[in-house]
Amino acid sequence: MKQNYYELVSRNNLLKRKSINVVMLGLCITAGFLAILPLVYIFFYTLMQGASSLNLEFFTEIPKPVGEDGGGMANAIVGTLILVGLGSAFGIPVGIFAGIYVAEYSKSFLANVIKFVTDVLSGVPSIVIGIFAYGLIVIPMQRFSALAGGFALGVLMVPTVTRITEEMLKLVPHSLREAALALGIPRWKTTLRIVLKTASGGIITGILLAIARAAGETAPLLFTSFGNSFWSSSLDGPMASIPVQIFNYAISPYEDWHRKAWAGAFVLIALVFVVSLIVRISTRKKYN
Amino acid sequence: MFEIISGTIAGIKKIGEIKSRKKLSDIIFENFTLFFAVIIIAIVLFIFYEMFNDSFPAREKFGLNFIFSSEWNAVSENFGAFTFIYGTVISSVIALIIALPISIGVAVFLSELAPQIVKTSLSFLIEILAAIPSIIYGFWGIFVLAPFMRTTLQPLIQSVLGFLPVFQGNAIGFGLLTSGIILAIMITPIITAVTRDVLNAIPMSQREAAYALGATRWEAIKMALLNAKSGILGATILGLGRAVGETMAVTMVIGNKANISASLFDPAYSMASVIANEFAEASGELHIASLIYVGLILFAVTLVINSFARLLIYSITRKADVK
Repeated sequence: MKQNYYELVSRNNLLKRKSINVVMLGLCITAGFLAILPLVYIFFYTLMQGASSLNLEFFTEIPKPVGEDGGGMANAIVGTLILVGLGSAFGIPVGIFAGIYVAEYSKSFLANVIKFVTDVLSGVPSIVIGIFAYGLIVIPMQRFSALAGGFALGVLMVPTVTRITEEMLKLVPHSLREAALALGIPRWKTTLRIVLKTASGGIITGILLAIARAAGETAPLLFTSFGNSFWSSSLDGPMASIPVQIFNYAISPYEDWHRKAWAGAFVLIALVFVVSLIVRISTRKKYN
Repeated sequence: MFEIISGTIAGIKKIGEIKSRKKLSDIIFENFTLFFAVIIIAIVLFIFYEMFNDSFPAREKFGLNFIFSSEWNAVSENFGAFTFIYGTVISSVIALIIALPISIGVAVFLSELAPQIVKTSLSFLIEILAAIPSIIYGFWGIFVLAPFMRTTLQPLIQSVLGFLPVFQGNAIGFGLLTSGIILAIMITPIITAVTRDVLNAIPMSQREAAYALGATRWEAIKMALLNAKSGILGATILGLGRAVGETMAVTMVIGNKANISASLFDPAYSMASVIANEFAEASGELHIASLIYVGLILFAVTLVINSFARLLIYSITRKADVK
């Protein structure tokens, strides 16, 4: 009698456990679909809204005043290229050499501290970096400038480039370093000419990702490079950029400006998508 | 015989000496890279120093009372950040409540359930989700999410849970709940990625042991999740840090109204968005200093949050490295 009772309980229990199992696993799979739903929605919505304004004029003309047809974002596109170029000039060298230090001299206490600070810096809000660049460059120069915007983007790029360099250098087998050292090559030359060169593919794709992210940053540019409706080539004056232009258009009440903003948004999404795809394909070939 | 051996030992010692004596070029190179590495520390310290300095007029005038005062008036030059702190905290908490279960679900799906092809493509899509500029989320929020909230979701919530004060008031689409949802979408990738890594760091043998005792798949996963809980906590705090500092998307959907009310449907204001909106046009030294003071608080909070999260995650993944 007692024996049967136990069996009944355990069977019921098993049924319960099995159904919990099915429900929970089902929820996990649902979460997977739920997470990519906004991505799919945003991607196709931007494509649909932006496609109608995405023509040659968009890439060759500067913005026209409200009410006039046509016009584009050519100055903002060039501006973003210049700003990202300035940012790269600061962020990439600092990131790569700091990454080399953290990876190659990783036994030192300082390297661990720097690794930690790099992670913390990557979590500092971009608007705070904007205030930093404002205080450092805009206030002394007494005006908004492309230089300040570029510097802010550079600071934002540093943690990404540092981490990617460190991770890629650590993937290079130790035997390669030992072989070079055994041949009497000095350590610095081994690092630069052999280790860095071996890892260069991965580092370059990582840098591409950092550039794509910097190109979409808005908050740090709002009060550094500000914005500009015209062509500007001077680095010490305000300069237009795609994200800030999108922001100004998006919060305006004009239908035509909204369409242009969608086109700009599409350009940014396409940039992110293409770069991510390149990164995926090139890293998979190498490390899998 | 003895002489030969001692000679060899001396030789070995000499080789050791040569090896330990670094070349000048190596020393130069090490210090050269160290210089750039130290720049990173210098940047963080300098951000703090500069914001501390530049916020001086506001710190001197309002002191710590700045945090608790909810008045923000550029005309009478009376500034307090409580309204913005409130908006930031509530929208971030909403984001976490929504994002956490979904992120854990996705991480479990990615690390335990999905076949390889699904795993790689889903990871790729979630990476892109993380890389989409926040301005685009905000833009999408204005034209798609906010109207959807106004016409569909908010009336629906009100018809079911309308008796709760948090869901009362006018459904206008722009407000705390909408920015919480946008933030949830934006922080899901980071929480998912870290949780997945932490789950991967839990040894397979633990799950196998659970299976051997007759556990169902979910029971084995639950055990792995329990073992990973401090890592998941780290991932959550990291997500919180992102939500607190997020600027553009929140600015575009939170409604930008310095307002504290019980309803999550009402427009509000966040710390990052008040800086984004007012900084470029701020007039008067005290106004700018107050905005920088808000930035300083934001910086300090995210610094503490991120340090804590990183240390938690390090402790988990380092354990896994040792194993």
